[in-house]
Amino acid sequence: MAQTRKSQLVDPLIDNNPITLQVLGICSALAVTSSLKVALVMAIAVTLVTAFSSMFISMLRNQIPSSIRIIVQMVIIASLVIVVDQLLKAYAYEISKTLSVFVGLIITNCIVMGRAEAFAMSNPPVASFVDGIGNGAGYGLILMVVGVIRELFGSGSLFGVTILPTVNNGGWYVPNGLLLLPPSAFFVIGLLIWAIRTWKPGQVEEREYKIQSVEAH
Amino acid sequence: MSDTNASKGFIRRFLDMPPDSTVKTVTVAVVLCLVASMVVSAAAVSLRPVQDLNRLRDKQRNVLEVAGVYEPGMDIAEAFSNFEPHVLELATGEFTDQYEIDTFEELATSGDPALVRALDEDPAGLGGKQQIFQMVYILRDDAGAIDKVVLPIEGYGLWSTLYGFIALEENGNDIYGLQFYQQGETPGLGAEVDNPRWKALWNGKKLRDEDGTLQITVAKQPPAAGQDYYIDALAGATLTSRGVDNLVRFWMGEQGYGPFLERLKAGEI
Repeated sequence: MAQTRKSQLVDPLIDNNPITLQVLGICSALAVTSSLKVALVMAIAVTLVTAFSSMFISMLRNQIPSSIRIIVQMVIIASLVIVVDQLLKAYAYEISKTLSVFVGLIITNCIVMGRAEAFAMSNPPVASFVDGIGNGAGYGLILMVVGVIRELFGSGSLFGVTILPTVNNGGWYVPNGLLLLPPSAFFVIGLLIWAIRTWKPGQVEEREYKIQSVEAH
Repeated sequence: MSDTNASKGFIRRFLDMPPDSTVKTVTVAVVLCLVASMVVSAAAVSLRPVQDLNRLRDKQRNVLEVAGVYEPGMDIAEAFSNFEPHVLELATGEFTDQYEIDTFEELATSGDPALVRALDEDPAGLGGKQQIFQMVYILRDDAGAIDKVVLPIEGYGLWSTLYGFIALEENGNDIYGLQFYQQGETPGLGAEVDNPRWKALWNGKKLRDEDGTLQITVAKQPPAAGQDYYIDALAGATLTSRGVDNLVRFWMGEQGYGPFLERLKAGEI
């Protein structure tokens, strides 16, 4: 195996990040990052689901008929997501109310499916589990960064603790309402991708076409 | 040959089958579905009681909060036991014991047509129909006199139906508090209905003037009736504010708790 366990965990954080490099899992990244607490729970949930679904799929990889492999993967992922959803409703009710449908939508999160199909189907269980943790962590890292920006400048707080007292609460900070709306995450993620690709130019994709230079007549 | 095959056992032979054979495909699908459904239903069934309790506690906590008796970390069930739940018939303003208190909530959400009536005018945006019965909560002081009544209210804002409670003083006219426990309004704008500073505006306002006309309003400008009946609308959330205005006026009016509030005022409860 080319990858070490450590590189499996560390690579997805920046070098092969599922959000900023592969641009997967954007939908939920837009929806759940307006407050850090929710983003953290979502990150943990996605990490657990990715890790365990990859592990189970990897254990069964030699038995899964290729004609129904996507459905098999979906059934395993969906079952895990439902279990996570039920657990949240039972033990973290407030947060599950805020996350609402987005826990259920982990099923459609491309990162989970992507790791199952691209990695777990051809690698042993432990490696798949670690790969799932790594990719979940990479997703979580971006969620937290976006969450910090959105919550700090959108509501003047971090983890619900007031940092910048807002005008609505008698302070001085006029919050940027756009940051509380999902589209702002697009801008923040876009800027992040720009920053990371400037720092690591290797991540810039090659153009599929070239603009030809034509001699002026 | 056949001996070795038989000795390998059924499961072994199955695992050795090529994954793409029809038998294997069907078997994998069936077994996987069975296992997955068992896992899912086991989780759902075993966690059900905890989840139901959470929902109940959440609602009870909101009743406590709106009545101003909630403190973080308190025993919600115990504090809530001070409240008397009653099933109220809106049209007559009288309590009914036709339904069990414990099972009423479940019944009310079941969509039983006997429990709803069609609305000709629907200012609160209830989808053209209204529950005939509502579960209300009465808090009494130590002497047994009514201290506060907590009434459930709901209505459409900009994006979502807002569900909440309003707490009134014993005279059925002075507002103690208002709180929504479920809403999906715009974060930072309409969702500021949850802002404690805005909710505090409701405290001490009056529903009706001395002539008995419903005057309470959520608006940008104070009404002619005066500050006692005026809640400053949320900045940047005109439609949510209008929704709250409509739903409060609807529920406090004749089609809502009007008859009950009359009786409360007359001391008949």
